Amino acid sequence: MRQSIIQWFRFASPQSFYPLAGRMIPWFWAAAAISGIAGLWISFFVAPTDAQQGEGYRIIFVHVPASWMSMFIYLVMAFWAGIGLALNTRVSAMMAQSLAPTGALMAALSLLTGALWGKPMWGAWWVWDARLTSELILFFLYLGFMALQAAIDDPRRADKAGAILALVGVVNIPIIYFSVKWWNTLHQGSTINLTKAPSMAQTMLWGMLLMALAFWMYSIAVSLMRVRAIILERERHTEWVKHAVE
Amino acid sequence: MNAFLATVRRDLLLAMRRKSEVLTAVFFFVIVTSLFPLGIGPEPVLLKKIAPGILWVAALLATLLGLPRLFAADHADGTLEQMALSPSPLGLLVAGKILAHWLLCGLPLVLLAPVLGLQFDLDASALGILTLALLLGTPLLSLIGAIGAALTLGVRGGGVLLALLVLPLYIPALIFGAGAVEAHIAGLDVGGHLSLLAAMLVLAAFFAPWATTAALRIALE
Repeated sequence: MRQSIIQWFRFASPQSFYPLAGRMIPWFWAAAAISGIAGLWISFFVAPTDAQQGEGYRIIFVHVPASWMSMFIYLVMAFWAGIGLALNTRVSAMMAQSLAPTGALMAALSLLTGALWGKPMWGAWWVWDARLTSELILFFLYLGFMALQAAIDDPRRADKAGAILALVGVVNIPIIYFSVKWWNTLHQGSTINLTKAPSMAQTMLWGMLLMALAFWMYSIAVSLMRVRAIILERERHTEWVKHAVE
Repeated sequence: MNAFLATVRRDLLLAMRRKSEVLTAVFFFVIVTSLFPLGIGPEPVLLKKIAPGILWVAALLATLLGLPRLFAADHADGTLEQMALSPSPLGLLVAGKILAHWLLCGLPLVLLAPVLGLQFDLDASALGILTLALLLGTPLLSLIGAIGAALTLGVRGGGVLLALLVLPLYIPALIFGAGAVEAHIAGLDVGGHLSLLAAMLVLAAFFAPWATTAALRIALE
């Protein structure tokens, strides 16, 4: 039992996590590239043109995975932040810090592609739909997390303060989501309903799943690369970093 | 409980010795709400429609204005460290400070809101709902804001950062607070809005002092 606990925490140390992350990165990049190419091929050439929306609908192959990732990454970030706060493991906090920019990127991408899709489909760049609004607020939460971490010089304090903010945000996300949803439905009947889309063709579903996988692998790969950079920066005073960089 | 009341009393006393700080936030609220009719035009129908939103957003910003002062002075002169070391739980003292902050920055807004609502041609019952919603909502703003104030304590560019952290978290309060008045004007039932606002207040009253204490301990390390 004791043996297994030691194994479990082995990679909580930056020194042992750094090479492990280095070994994993190429695999995740490869997976991202393969599923990305396959997903793009299906979404551009195999998936049929939509009867109502024409070719413009193909933007959802990027839009939907980006929205999924933006929400999921926040949960993962809060998870690592909470672990870092509870167990005081350094890599967890670095992991949370490295996920935030990717999450913000996904939220921004989701908003941007949503606007590009909305203009031809709905005739408006932006509508105050419940999902759009909560995605925008999620983007603000990411920005707040990153700004708070950037403003505090002491990395230990930045980690802990960021962790509390991420956890407060997680408690608030369901509240914000439902309040925005009710606010939207109370105001006026939404003229556009995202859920009313025609049932998806099999190939479209496959394209979207492959693209989601590609986004997933990309997010893991890029946050592992970022966490390696953060490890080097924070552990630069140690002996092993000097050897690792050589 | 004694320590709680003593903290409230102390903060109120300190604020009374320096009244201008409290009054600044109140005047900010009055001025901002008075600017909107000047910018939009004096049409009573339009003003009546946007009044709940304007009053609520102005209340949000006025609360935000007072937040950096919540812990800053005590942090600067070391009082906060003594509070953390004292035998009474820090969470209790923090709750006392939050209550004092609401009495100074939130309650005046609640009391002023009906007067300012008159500028926007709200009728008596709508003014009543507005006051009730603010009475439930402003303590919520103080509680959530205290977490942000503790997190940004002694941080570079704390004021702007505080707004960035706290304003997204204020959105539910804004939606239901302003929504209650709008629903009333539209002739709908306001019970749901006010109940949700009260539920969020209870939730925040339980968790916010706890999270604020954790953030303060990090800042004091």
